Amino acid sequence: MHTVTVRIPTPLRTLTAGADEVTATGTTVREVIVELESRFPGIKDRLLDEKGVRRFINVYLADEDIRFLDGLDSAVKAGDQISIVPAIAGG
Amino acid sequence: MLPRLTRSRSLSSIADAVGQTPLVRLDRAARAAPSVEVYAKLEFANPGGSVKDRAALRMMTRALDDGRLTSDKILIDSTSGNTGVAYSIFGAALGVRVQLVMPSNVSKARKDIAQAFGTEIIYSDPMEGSDGAIRKVREIVAQHPDRYFYPDQYSNPDNPLAHYHGTAVEILDALGDRITHFVAGLGTSGTIMGNARRLHEHTRPVRCVAVEPADAFHGLEGLKHLPSSLVPGIHDAAAYDETFRVTTEDGWDMADLLAREEALHVGHSAGAVVHAAIEIAKKLHAEQQGGCVVAIVPDRGDRYFAPMKWEKRYLW
Repeated sequence: MHTVTVRIPTPLRTLTAGADEVTATGTTVREVIVELESRFPGIKDRLLDEKGVRRFINVYLADEDIRFLDGLDSAVKAGDQISIVPAIAGG
Repeated sequence: MLPRLTRSRSLSSIADAVGQTPLVRLDRAARAAPSVEVYAKLEFANPGGSVKDRAALRMMTRALDDGRLTSDKILIDSTSGNTGVAYSIFGAALGVRVQLVMPSNVSKARKDIAQAFGTEIIYSDPMEGSDGAIRKVREIVAQHPDRYFYPDQYSNPDNPLAHYHGTAVEILDALGDRITHFVAGLGTSGTIMGNARRLHEHTRPVRCVAVEPADAFHGLEGLKHLPSSLVPGIHDAAAYDETFRVTTEDGWDMADLLAREEALHVGHSAGAVVHAAIEIAKKLHAEQQGGCVVAIVPDRGDRYFAPMKWEKRYLW
């Protein structure tokens, strides 16, 4: 298990009591998301559907989109930063 | 404005090519509602490629006319892209220096288009979305208020007025008393506010529907989820009749369908708007009411060509 930080976009901060960054543990991005779900119920469904990461959401491990790594199975190491990048609203 | 008799015309400036966009009947996509006419107003036919040409041009020309914008000032605003492209093209046309603040995860195509016209881009935090860009532009302007003209598309009355005097008049010229419903996405809210105000003045009732993402966390770029956003100063919920909420998946699916069945390759917000228009048409058909529904198509799909292939890395 490695401890990583996860950056939470504004629309999902209602699930994290307003926190813009949280720590989580796991060895892959998928495990990190499952662990987040145990503390912030509902967050998994906002990020994933039955096929994986919902198609309009970009999840970054460091500065690389996990689609270009191993997707949800991308390995994380201690101190990594995961970013959930939202769509752009308005104007 | 009188309807033009022909689309072929000679103009003295690209700025004169804004407006008079085509209204195209959607027969195949709306086949489940055969008794209802559904039209898409193709705002990507504007020279800057989006509905935002209308608001940007009016905000700029009105400010030039009354002296708020002069040649020694820099036009600065926050924008997720299409308004920025519009400021950029008319900045080049009118000789105005333009700076834009946008979240760094805006699609690369639009950053490149804006820069092609000589515009300078200032990036804001992608995690903060468009509200972060709004806050950043306000900070910059507050430091040097004399240096900038800040049109503030979210608060500028010329944004909805461009539609009040333009888009809505064109729709009434084209369809007259036939129109029963008008559907537009809600971003700055300029499109829905201006059109709804004009269409409500029409002699026959026109029901005006604002389309909003179903969830705060969505992929309908350009649309705003009002309950979780900074509410634009120009927004007034009393001006329109109904809010229709669309999921990202429904919007994206309709955008795909429009390309295949109607040869319209549109952006995701257009997919959401047309999805809502067709749902409304299906309800009218089921109730045997007939009707004529107009949907605003804000832009073309190539503005969003995927980060998957050639935008492998974002600049943070």
